[in-house]
Amino acid sequence: MTVTAVAPARRARLDLSWPVLIGFALILCALIVLPMSWLVYFSVTDKGHFTLANFVKLATDPTFIDPLVTTVILATSSAVICCAVAAPMGWLIARTDMPLRRTIRALVTASFVTPPFLGAIAWELLAAPNSGLLNQAWRALLRDPQAEPLFDIYTLPGLIFVVSCYTFPYVFVLVANALDRIPGDLEDASSILGGRTWTTARRVTIPLALPALLAGALVAFLQAMTLFGSPAILAIPAGFHTMTTKIWSLFQYPPKLELAAAASLPLLVLTVLLLRAEHMILGRRSYALVGGRQSDPRLVRLGAWKWAALGFAFLVLLNPVFLPYGALLNAAFSRVATQIVSFGNFTLRNIEFVFFELSATKLAVRNTLILGVSSATVGTLIAVVISYVTARKAIAGWRALAFLATAPIAVPGIVLGVGLFLSYTRPPFVLYGTLWILLVAFVTIALPAAYQQLQAAFRSVSVDLEEASRILGATRLQALAHITAPLLRTSVIATWCFIFVGVIRELSAAIILFTSETKVISVLIFDLNESGDLGAIAVLGLIMLVITFAVVIAINRIPGFGAIRLRNA
Amino acid sequence: MKLSRRTFLKLSTALAASTAFATRVAAAPPAEPVTPALIEAAKKEGKLAYYTAMDLPIAEKFAKAFEAKYQGIAVRVERSGAERVFQRIAQEQGSNINAVDVVNTADGAHIIVWKRNGWLQPYVPEDVAQYFPEQYRDPDGVSALTRVWLSSLGYNTNLVKAEDAPKSFADLLDPKWMGKMVKAHPGYSGTIMTATFQIARDLGWEYLEKLSRQRVMQVQSSTDPPKKLALGERAVMADGNDYNLILLKERGDPVEVVYPTEGTPFVSGPTAIFKSAPNPNAARLFQSFLHSREGQQLLVDFARQHSVHTQVTEKPGALKLTDIKLMKDDPVGVEAQAEEIKARYAKIFKV
Repeated sequence: MTVTAVAPARRARLDLSWPVLIGFALILCALIVLPMSWLVYFSVTDKGHFTLANFVKLATDPTFIDPLVTTVILATSSAVICCAVAAPMGWLIARTDMPLRRTIRALVTASFVTPPFLGAIAWELLAAPNSGLLNQAWRALLRDPQAEPLFDIYTLPGLIFVVSCYTFPYVFVLVANALDRIPGDLEDASSILGGRTWTTARRVTIPLALPALLAGALVAFLQAMTLFGSPAILAIPAGFHTMTTKIWSLFQYPPKLELAAAASLPLLVLTVLLLRAEHMILGRRSYALVGGRQSDPRLVRLGAWKWAALGFAFLVLLNPVFLPYGALLNAAFSRVATQIVSFGNFTLRNIEFVFFELSATKLAVRNTLILGVSSATVGTLIAVVISYVTARKAIAGWRALAFLATAPIAVPGIVLGVGLFLSYTRPPFVLYGTLWILLVAFVTIALPAAYQQLQAAFRSVSVDLEEASRILGATRLQALAHITAPLLRTSVIATWCFIFVGVIRELSAAIILFTSETKVISVLIFDLNESGDLGAIAVLGLIMLVITFAVVIAINRIPGFGAIRLRNA
Repeated sequence: MKLSRRTFLKLSTALAASTAFATRVAAAPPAEPVTPALIEAAKKEGKLAYYTAMDLPIAEKFAKAFEAKYQGIAVRVERSGAERVFQRIAQEQGSNINAVDVVNTADGAHIIVWKRNGWLQPYVPEDVAQYFPEQYRDPDGVSALTRVWLSSLGYNTNLVKAEDAPKSFADLLDPKWMGKMVKAHPGYSGTIMTATFQIARDLGWEYLEKLSRQRVMQVQSSTDPPKKLALGERAVMADGNDYNLILLKERGDPVEVVYPTEGTPFVSGPTAIFKSAPNPNAARLFQSFLHSREGQQLLVDFARQHSVHTQVTEKPGALKLTDIKLMKDDPVGVEAQAEEIKARYAKIFKV
């Protein structure tokens, strides 16, 4: 390589970097800084005047304090339950010779794909105290139609249970992936030095997996705290609010936007604090375990216990997958949603209604697909560029980009919804009423996870590989095309699918931002739940799941993309 | 259900307050027949957004009947509880989003607000001028009373014997119904907003406070309690609507309607066209269809609600409104108190 060849290349890079930096910084500002500024502004104003009255009301009015307390209880309990279930599951799947491990992993993915609000409705069908299928079975078993119900889903414990069902995949994936990544050599070293199976587990495996578990607990807490759909479906019938449903209720006419903005801030502050805490605990403990060489993890032999382990895994999966899907399928074809389908009550009426009578179906399915594909594409693009730039420190100011890309993680969906509503219903940017505002919301929500995932992928492809190819004479772009891109393809597809799935199941921002013409399936299902049309919900929910799985499978079938799993999701 | 002249006299007392503004000098535009030109113009628009609080499958039935009659005009039904419809429209109009063409609410107070905001387009279908008694028409022609129904009580006949069933609101306070009732919410449902206003006025808020201590299952739309009864999820419905119960009963589900002895809340559902309607001609055509004899007969036969159209024939054996003790409708009163009702209710029932 001669000096003359290097000089223009360097100038070209410099020329490109500023527009990229400024362009993406502007995009990220529109996504995150603008809505949050409006949120803070509204929270300290009352019709344009500065005031702290909103916060005083928040801190003194029991109708705000109770939901906050409930939310903290809900989030804490869910986090604990998720960890208690996901940690052993993750270990069984990543580190033991339990049979059907791949199947179980796929089924956990299915529970991740299931929208939590749909899960909540399915659990209404299963465990409503009187009509719930499980309670009916219980009474039949006791031969006592007057018996007290076995489960009552319309309670705080019921809500905690359902929320945990659909939050535990996050913890599971984090733990299982961490366990996957612990190279076998470390454990081998331990056993060569005389450590027994349990000593090795205690001294090597568990300490290495602990950060992931802690991170999982945190993610579960945040998820449970910011979830809207499940509480709206289960808590309101039970007669209590969580913070998210309370914020939503403030949009009732006449809307109390200032109060909604103020009520959003505790969620925001709590999230930021927790993320700081996580950073302090885990901060410096990042370790590059994936390099050019890696040995497979060593599997613990369970012996006869493996069947017990499998039983445990299926018992766990009964709750987020088998039972709810069964209940939805049953409701779709039963004349009465909570009667087991038989010759007497089999009906295609719900299918007919959703496909041929319900005039909102077509619009909602179309909007959902458009938003799913466009958000996934735009989100992945932004995430790829930013994570490349930050992983390779390619331009000055990459830290700012990295910060902006991760910042939305601290913004719960409903808070972002309120912020975007405040930002984009007034000039200069009037996006409310168009699909754009939903696109902005969905991309923003998905960005941190997408960015972190791709950034980790860029990092795991150690620079040595790129540098090796450049030493052998390749240009930067050639190195990217021939070395990095093929190695990252799987991650990029995984990210795309992850965003797509996330958009399909999103409700908390959509419920604030939709208009009648920009309705998505999740909002339509939520509306149907309001009027108790369970059969139609079951059909729409199944359509939603079919679309999700079809798109994810189709994307994976595109020639050259190879099989991927959502395991990094 | 057709209402005879005598019925009108009785009903007009029920609707007394809503007629208060009828005494002004009427400024309604002349009645308009459905002309080929209107149909042509409507077909050119080809679509229509119909916001309503009516039970979804029934609302879709009206949409399909309209589409069958005027082919090439697709009706999109936007259904949720009337208070959510009201909120949706306020949010959309506030942001200059012109999406709504026609709206049928379950809370007459909404018409007062929209009219005051200058959002409604006067239009009087021929049938309304000819066959709708004067007190059910807006004097300025911005709305017509499309439907009337009641917020009754009800019970599941598998879970409750007829002799044990509650007969009155007071009966619901019996400890034996603790944890066995379901009711809808005035923050979401216009029917329940109207009913809560009338109950609080006639029985006092103390009644609702006592009811709240009965661990009532709280759903949102007034169309949901009848469905929860049919599922057997709760034994008794403390409010909701009677038409869904009648429909479920006719379908063979184990439910029964109870009109409480203190009087049953009376709910009126007017329809109006928005000035900013993106499909104004389709909106007019739909408004005419909805209030035509055909549309109103559909309401009586299929939707099991009550019509004020004098040419409509009632179903044999159906209970007449005049046979039921009714509470007095008062949209003006609801309009004045809506916010207070929502706040007070949320305080009492915690949601």
